Amino acid sequence: MPFIPHSPEEVREMLSVIGVQSIEDLFVDIPAEMRPRSFELPQGLSEMQVLAKMEEMAARNRTDVVSFLGGGFYSHHIPAAVDALVSRGEFYTAYTPYQPEASQGTLQAIFEYQTAVCRLLDMDCANASVYDGGSAIFEAMMMAVRATKRRKLVIDEAVSPIWRTMLASYTSNLSLDLVTVPQVDGKSDMAALKAAVDTGCAAVVVQNPNFFGVVEDFTDLFAHAKSQKAASVISVYPVMQSVLKTPGEMGADIAVAEGQSLGQPLSFGGPYLGIMTCTKDMVRQMPGRIVGRTNDIEGRTGYVLTLQAREQHIRRAKATSNICSNQALCALRTLVHLCLLGPEGLIRTAELSMERARYAMERLTAIAGVRPLNTAPFGNEFAVRLPIPAFEAVDRLTARGYVPGFPVGRYYAGMDDVLLVACTEKNSFEQVGILAEMLGGIL
Amino acid sequence: MKTAFAASVPGRTACLPAQPKKHAADMLPANLLRAKRPALPELGELDVVRHFTRLSRLNFGVDSNFYPLGSCTMKYNPKFTEQVAALPGFTRLHPLMAQLKGAGQYTQGALEVMWETERLLCEITGMRAFTLHPMAGAHGELTGAMLIAAYHKDKGNRKTKVICPDSAHGTNPASAALAGYEVVNIESKDGMVDPDALEAALDDDVAALMMTCPNTLGLFENHLPRIVEKLRAVDALLYYDGANLNAILGKMRVGDVGFDVVHLNLHKTFATPHGGGGPGAGPVGVSERLVPYLPISRVEKLHDGRYYLNYDHPKSIGFMAPFYGNFGVLLKAYAYILRLGGEGLERVSEYAVLNANYLRKRLEKVLEIPHDRICMHEFVASACNHAECGIRALDVAKALLDKGYHAPTIYFPLIVKECMMFEPTETESRQTLDEFADDLIAILESAAQNPDALHAAPVTTPVRRLDETAAARNMVLTDDA
Repeated sequence: MPFIPHSPEEVREMLSVIGVQSIEDLFVDIPAEMRPRSFELPQGLSEMQVLAKMEEMAARNRTDVVSFLGGGFYSHHIPAAVDALVSRGEFYTAYTPYQPEASQGTLQAIFEYQTAVCRLLDMDCANASVYDGGSAIFEAMMMAVRATKRRKLVIDEAVSPIWRTMLASYTSNLSLDLVTVPQVDGKSDMAALKAAVDTGCAAVVVQNPNFFGVVEDFTDLFAHAKSQKAASVISVYPVMQSVLKTPGEMGADIAVAEGQSLGQPLSFGGPYLGIMTCTKDMVRQMPGRIVGRTNDIEGRTGYVLTLQAREQHIRRAKATSNICSNQALCALRTLVHLCLLGPEGLIRTAELSMERARYAMERLTAIAGVRPLNTAPFGNEFAVRLPIPAFEAVDRLTARGYVPGFPVGRYYAGMDDVLLVACTEKNSFEQVGILAEMLGGIL
Repeated sequence: MKTAFAASVPGRTACLPAQPKKHAADMLPANLLRAKRPALPELGELDVVRHFTRLSRLNFGVDSNFYPLGSCTMKYNPKFTEQVAALPGFTRLHPLMAQLKGAGQYTQGALEVMWETERLLCEITGMRAFTLHPMAGAHGELTGAMLIAAYHKDKGNRKTKVICPDSAHGTNPASAALAGYEVVNIESKDGMVDPDALEAALDDDVAALMMTCPNTLGLFENHLPRIVEKLRAVDALLYYDGANLNAILGKMRVGDVGFDVVHLNLHKTFATPHGGGGPGAGPVGVSERLVPYLPISRVEKLHDGRYYLNYDHPKSIGFMAPFYGNFGVLLKAYAYILRLGGEGLERVSEYAVLNANYLRKRLEKVLEIPHDRICMHEFVASACNHAECGIRALDVAKALLDKGYHAPTIYFPLIVKECMMFEPTETESRQTLDEFADDLIAILESAAQNPDALHAAPVTTPVRRLDETAAARNMVLTDDA
């Protein structure tokens, strides 16, 4: 019997200790009329058969393409040691550290993760992570709503539409007022954002680089928000954050990030993690797990889950959030990844990605009829307008093994001709050249 | 142990990518760049490997220790499912690949996994349809509560309240509150939902009852049919918290007995690793009447057998996840279900219940069992019979750590004093259960003679009891604080 160790003899002995005749006697509480009407599941398979079946399914996903897809989710190199370390059973098969004396490995790792993301985002405090980048923005907004007791949230339309659609769903029963300020040619409209942030506003929510890859400085906007006693929330791309002006330098109150690019494979959308950091003033509004350092009774350093009075197992319906876990293993991957790259490795990753993106911008806009969506500074991703619908260009090149980017018209009206192109250190200059040749060939 | 930051040596490197030709300062204006590089650890690869190998050794996990943490289902996680989830055909797949024109054709394998997983979960639970999007159990609860809200809103029902029994997981009321509901708590009687208390709380404002069955005491809810009837009478829905589904596989299907919404914790019943607290996955199943409100996108099948993502469901509650859920976790659960088949799944519940009852019998002379009857996959005991010698559940838990066992869940559910909740799971052998029972009996016998030894426990762990009050007061949350 897979994963069940008992011999028939042992089962008989155990039943006799319990004082029943058969296993079925243990289910007497479920009367006949409540038994399943059907339970038509396939026969079990051997390990070898399952693997063969799933290898066949995996082969029906085209992953041998050269891809310039990004949109907030990037294929960066993950050092081999990440998998080797994180797959250790002591990490993998543990649970939430309810017994700190038997969980110091997980707890210290989370403490180090909190330190690492605080240093990267230049903020004071972090939690142990939430589900993903989108739920992190939602939780950040709710922190601001609780802190300010206001209900209006001003959201830049250049924040990823993938996350904005989540925010719309999550807030649908909460009587909040979500105001979306339109982007202009892929850039944030600073004047309109400022005008929308008034004394009724709980938070302004922006992203850097934004969905179109544009790098912005939100210092003035955040100063204005402060003057209105509204919170400033920013979502960042953590690899680019190694070189870009920090949320801390801009004066953000809450800074979040999708952590996928720090050591998580793309895996068709998850599991990822939402990185959440904030200023010291906001920490009691923070949802989720937080690890703190303390001492044991002999004065030795140790780590515990702390500030638990915010959480749902104590506060129930009045908790800061319903989140009762974190993406611990993903947070561990992030930490190990950051330790292996170090500051120099992370900066190089950002710079290699950026220089490839510059070469791609240069080559693509040299094609007749292709022009940049805007002339704003960008990181490793940028948008261009094509003379044909972007969906069509993507379709034709993908069939030939090159995914040239993402058709922005999928999410933004009036942008059917806009293609969003991302580069990472995994895209070679040669591949960029071939992309330009292929795109030129179909236009 | 030193932190990675304290061990950092300036200039030391591990996995450096190639030197870029240009630097950020050559590519972006200075006002957009950070003033100082981030102070991340600077370590060699072996430094990193040793650091995390040593950290891992400070942990108890299922692979190394018996872990009877009630309600959390810490069973063995098969290794082959890791191999499945690590197949490059899955890990390298960009989620946006499925959103390009005609590009569903490039992700057919992944879409089929999701389609098949949904069908299997439907058959296991008797529900009409599933969404795989929720990224954890509590996220599934929120999704379920939002589905309930969407249903009532669409029908024009003015419902403002959700009822949660006092034995419920704390996430139930928190999730209902996030879906905009006022939460009404009802007291249990004899360890179960009390139909009279329910009756008293029930009126036309009630949108739903959230139930766990077997409940958090490990008991089957004997009044279930009456409860279903009462809720139907006021057009309220019945929510099933699937945290304890591992007790009833093949024995009862929640859809057959009248539940409208169910969330499953794949990391519990379907053996995906807990990973120190996540990632999990919390798929949600619904009855026929809630199907129109499921999150988008939904995987659908064309006549020619191809799969595609359909976003055109106007009554949907919208997007709960950035993409299609924690796909990497779903893969492991799918592989586990294929491996076990229907018979193997039913066996999971049978042996989980057998092991729980065996351990209950072995411990009934030394601990108080408040509800002394056949339990399901877990049982609740109370250490209050040791209170006279000053021993609390916490002390017993800590003494177990010294014997190399993870402690059971303590002080939950809140309705039992000095509560200890044991869930051995089906994957543990009789020898393990016997050794554990012998050790626990020895601990409790020694407690009467020498209670101070228990108060001092644990002594063999990397650290001893930690000062949680000081942690909350001092708030040292990073190495820089």
